[in-house]
Amino acid sequence: MADMRTPLSRVRGHGSAKSGTDHFWLQRLTAIANVPLVIFALASVVALVGADYATVKAYLSMPVVSILFLLLILSGVYHMRIGMKEIIEDYVNGEGMKLLSIIGNNFFAAVVGLACIYAVLKLGFGG
Amino acid sequence: MVELALPKGSKPTKGKKHAAPADAKNLRTFKVYRYDPDGGADPSIDEYQVDMDSCGPMVLDALIKIKNETDPTLTFRRSCREGICGSCAMNIDGTNTLACTKGIDEVKGEVKIYPLPHMDVVKDLVPDLTNFYAQHASIEPWLQTTSVQPEKEWKQSTEDREKLDGLYECILCACCSTSCPSYWWNGDRYLGPAVLLQAYRWLIDSRDEATGERLDNLEDPFRLYRCHTIMNCAKACPKGLSPAKAIAEIKRMMVERRV
Repeated sequence: MADMRTPLSRVRGHGSAKSGTDHFWLQRLTAIANVPLVIFALASVVALVGADYATVKAYLSMPVVSILFLLLILSGVYHMRIGMKEIIEDYVNGEGMKLLSIIGNNFFAAVVGLACIYAVLKLGFGG
Repeated sequence: MVELALPKGSKPTKGKKHAAPADAKNLRTFKVYRYDPDGGADPSIDEYQVDMDSCGPMVLDALIKIKNETDPTLTFRRSCREGICGSCAMNIDGTNTLACTKGIDEVKGEVKIYPLPHMDVVKDLVPDLTNFYAQHASIEPWLQTTSVQPEKEWKQSTEDREKLDGLYECILCACCSTSCPSYWWNGDRYLGPAVLLQAYRWLIDSRDEATGERLDNLEDPFRLYRCHTIMNCAKACPKGLSPAKAIAEIKRMMVERRV
């Protein structure tokens, strides 16, 4: 079927989605948060190299440590979800495939995030 | 949509060779993309030898010389020949630029000339810019006001006028937009650097009264936020402007009005 719409009609399409700034802003906000949180997480891992299970459990039972790890999970997973969505929107062909990919991305982020939170809480509250 | 390879029927083949007159000594070779929509054949790369002793200094001079003296079928857009109309935008030596302001001596070896990338080709070096122009129309590039029309002009301070510098010079040649990967992949929904620079030109104009509506129309994951600051636009602009900076300013305005 020939598309007989005018070029302007095609460009205007369904109009502006009136969104996008929230993701733009949150992507940068989580990026800023991730810098100190990732440094803390890496420092923790380096400090715990070779440590036994009991030591790690004791470390993660400290409320400050536990909360910092939970913050890293929230911020990191949210950042990952937005970043992956951007990539999908950039590169995935076809509306159907794009929709499926975005659904998959959301489910993946939810599962990874909750699994990490569960692990941290389990260790923090006595393993 | 991502297309990493050219579709079938679009891959250029080896074309004709046009030698220079036998007595010519100072020769340069031009390899030019050719496509004839009427012939049904695949596009080709034709080779032209040009006598530089009787040719002007710019790439456009060589193209006009080829068209006048060697091959009248060679098709390209040109008008002002001094970098102000934006007609002769094409890909020369791997970079989008204006043929009229690109010196032949700036290119080493063979001069390779293609149409602007990732656009439909109408013929030879003429790309189809219909969508590009419609996108420009969609941002309503004119002064919008609701206040009572003043008796004379709408006034603007010297400082506010200076904010248009680096924006008003855009000649809409499309060099930037067609150098942008985001525009290649999503050109149907992403407005692209040239149109967004034009949008910012009206957003920052102190006389305009439709700033909020303009921002509303741009606030879209595709129209605006496909820009990932790749910066090809600023690199390609033959007028030395920075569409990337204009887009960053639009994003700043978007955040400012909600934070």
